[in-house]
Amino acid sequence: MTTRHINAAPPASRSRQIKQLVLTLVGWAVALAIFFPILWMVLTGFKTETAAIADPSFIFSPTLESYQAVNARSGYARFALNSVAVAFGSTFLALLIAIPCAYAMAFLPTRRTKGTLLWMLSTKMLPPVGVLVPIYLIFRDVGLLDTRTGLIIIYTLMNLPIVVWMLYTFFKDMPEDILEAGRMDGASTFQEVFYLLLPLTLPGIASTGLLSVILSWNEAFWSLNLTTSKAAPLTAYIASFSSPEGLFWAKLSAASTMAIAPILVLGWMTQKQMVRGLTFGAVK
Amino acid sequence: MTRTRASGRTVGGLRTLLLQAPAVTLLLLWMIVPLGMTIWFSFQYYNLLMPGMSGFAGVENYEYLLTDPALWKAMGNTLLLVGWVLAITVGGGILLAVLFQQEFAGRGIARVLAISPFFVMPTVSALVWKNMMMHPSNGVLAWLANTLGLPAMDWFSTLPLTSIVIIVAWQWLPFALLILLTAMQSLDEDQVEAARMDGAGPFAIFFFITLPHLKRAISVVIMIEMIFLLTIFAEIFVTTSGGPGLATTNLAYLIYMQALLDFDVGVASAGGVIAIILANIVAIFLVRMVARNLED
Repeated sequence: MTTRHINAAPPASRSRQIKQLVLTLVGWAVALAIFFPILWMVLTGFKTETAAIADPSFIFSPTLESYQAVNARSGYARFALNSVAVAFGSTFLALLIAIPCAYAMAFLPTRRTKGTLLWMLSTKMLPPVGVLVPIYLIFRDVGLLDTRTGLIIIYTLMNLPIVVWMLYTFFKDMPEDILEAGRMDGASTFQEVFYLLLPLTLPGIASTGLLSVILSWNEAFWSLNLTTSKAAPLTAYIASFSSPEGLFWAKLSAASTMAIAPILVLGWMTQKQMVRGLTFGAVK
Repeated sequence: MTRTRASGRTVGGLRTLLLQAPAVTLLLLWMIVPLGMTIWFSFQYYNLLMPGMSGFAGVENYEYLLTDPALWKAMGNTLLLVGWVLAITVGGGILLAVLFQQEFAGRGIARVLAISPFFVMPTVSALVWKNMMMHPSNGVLAWLANTLGLPAMDWFSTLPLTSIVIIVAWQWLPFALLILLTAMQSLDEDQVEAARMDGAGPFAIFFFITLPHLKRAISVVIMIEMIFLLTIFAEIFVTTSGGPGLATTNLAYLIYMQALLDFDVGVASAGGVIAIILANIVAIFLVRMVARNLED
């Protein structure tokens, strides 16, 4: 589909070329239209506040003013640190709990394994708002409101079913002969898991972990309801821009760009595995 | 279901049990404790602002909720929100999947751009749309309308629920696209080619081959989206706070208002139970479908 192709094309395929051209234009127009709000946000982050609310324009002299303001005045780093701690903390815990479970399900299955897997999936169906009241009250009574530990606990439990499921499908794909060979050589279960299973399924484990990080990073029901200031992650910090006093679009954009950039890149990298995790293997 | 392995080690139920115990116990607690408490509270008089009032309320909380027009308004909004977003994302998702399945220059990058909104945190999506896109005087849409000679619109006061639908659909369209594109890749090209040889046009191929092939993926998309869309919260929280009036209050937001703004634990819990029942109706179908897939 290059220009060389077009130049050398015989007249018979002229209509094909036109079709290709139209297809390319439509494809790109649609993709850019969908992406536009993100693009606009990134651009606005480099504008001054005055330019941000002026008539839309792609031409402006870029400034880092808003980025500096966000970092200096609102303590962006603190919220970012909360997001990092909560997303990675909960992911680490979820993997730690899920790996033995998925290992047992994949390699030591019993009659109950299928039922357990489906039951785990069904816990994901419980709408968070249905248990908001008890969780809030428990957290208030044990002092977990507005703490990172509290959010880490919630996110670990929230993502545990997905993490177990994804690990299970990755472990299932691994040829068991390799583990058998290890056992023949006298490897203990611990050695088998640490020296054979984990290194061999590392890509799968990594993408499972990334999905868990993405989901925790973007979670905005529990973070808005259970944190106020101390442990507030970026989702809650960005929400604080919704107050009607004044328009701080450039600062909102700068803060938002910093908040979504790492996850956007991770999302692009893991889109295939994401499908597997989000549909519980129902779509391959 | 082999009980013995080549190594001669028996596959013990005990070892399986121990390895699964932490995950299963935690999830069991996570499910049963709050669920039990929600159900318990829903039958109690329990308001954090009125400590004196307590005791068994019977079905009074449910009665209060079910006779409150706000609940029915919120239920209606919930269904409208779910229905419209599903229609837009599934319909649009199918069209986009067909489009991005075609070969064209830079398709890979175009695809990545199109699925990006799904990775943006909900508070960012909502605020970017509310301010930079839909603002009545400085937003891009207002500018666009002015340029075309149309009157600019105050989206959130004239069409509040529609505005929320647009934002949420923008977030979930990429999800539908991502899943449907993946499903599309397992489409049998030979079958399509054979149909083309037999003189089938693009529409016939779409309706008789592509669409039936996507049926399963489409139902997965519908069910997963439903579960998330039933309890949309952050998008409403940062844009309209449920208003004007109750125009954008859905079930999740109503429960939030009862619980954390009115501190009526009893009524909020009754609302929670209703939300759980609604979600479970959907969930049963999804779990059944995944179970069928697990067989093979």
